[in-house]
Amino acid sequence: MKVKALIAVLFIGIILFWAVEDMPAFGDPDAPATQYTGQLYVDAVLPDIGIDNIVTAILASYRGFDTLGEVVVIFTAGISVALLLRRGGRL
Amino acid sequence: MIESFSELFLSRYNYWMAIILMLIGLYALIAKQNLVKKIIGLNIFQTAIFLFYISFAEVRGGTAPIYTAEGISALYVNPLPHVLILTAIVVGVSVTAVALSLIVRIYEEYGVIDEDELMQVVRKR
Amino acid sequence: MMENVVIRTVSRLAVPFIQIFALYVIVHGASGAGGGFQGGVVFAASFILMIIAFGTANVRRRIDNRGIMWLSVIGITIYAGIGFLALLMAGNFLEYAAIEAVLGIPHLHGILIDLVEAGIGIAVMAAMVSIIYDISGNGEESS
Repeated sequence: MKVKALIAVLFIGIILFWAVEDMPAFGDPDAPATQYTGQLYVDAVLPDIGIDNIVTAILASYRGFDTLGEVVVIFTAGISVALLLRRGGRL
Repeated sequence: MIESFSELFLSRYNYWMAIILMLIGLYALIAKQNLVKKIIGLNIFQTAIFLFYISFAEVRGGTAPIYTAEGISALYVNPLPHVLILTAIVVGVSVTAVALSLIVRIYEEYGVIDEDELMQVVRKR
Repeated sequence: MMENVVIRTVSRLAVPFIQIFALYVIVHGASGAGGGFQGGVVFAASFILMIIAFGTANVRRRIDNRGIMWLSVIGITIYAGIGFLALLMAGNFLEYAAIEAVLGIPHLHGILIDLVEAGIGIAVMAAMVSIIYDISGNGEESS
């Protein structure tokens, strides 16, 4: 069992190591993700929303619906743990 | 194409570290029989993904994505992976909490937290 | 719970500062490093410290399971309420610009984002504390 797991993990590892050479270097300013999408958000947040923290602006404004779902997820986790572990009494 | 050793290994060490951490987590997830150790493996796996995302957001010489006095002309790191990982961490915590409480219930019901022993106990009933 | 004077004294000193720092992190979500998720989790960490130092029953006497659940619901309601407020002002769901245009208050966008962050902070803090209560308390009901 342990040997099979090790073989599977090493196989996945070799595939991933093979893929590393196509990735941009660490801290590369010309990486595609940084050049297009990241720069777009950095340019747009100040005129669009006007707050200083870009991460909060994306989190609460551009991706507000996603964040609402996120809060519902953690609320659901709290309810699930209460339903699983709390017995007797009310929720 | 990659020309040299240093270009492959030294300038991309963040990916190597993330992949090694991910393989450790995957091995723990597959090979460990103890359910709590499986959850620890899942958390190591998640941490590797977080490290991968945050490290490719890095821009050499960039500051944190909070506007300084220079405005949009200053060099910032990519803010989008930070947002994605901020929400992913919350999902990770939720998954860990629900999984641990399920393990607590399994232990109360069957008295084992080992996967094979659990299957034996379940078949015997 | 073991009586340990050092842990109890130090945590009694540290908990107010941790909670003030958590509120600072939540309030600074729009203008500096911070946000609702981070501040909520720091606030929940102060509850973990109190549970370790004083035991679950002592902390539950301050806020019980029902109160925590209500706080969690209130947090989500603040967030979703602002979303529906934007619907009411003829915008899309969570479209802050619509509220700003109708009410005509400058910088309302940032204030609404701060409110949303406060809602996230309350909800995350309450959910975390609820999970901690259930996992640490052997499932007993105290309220």
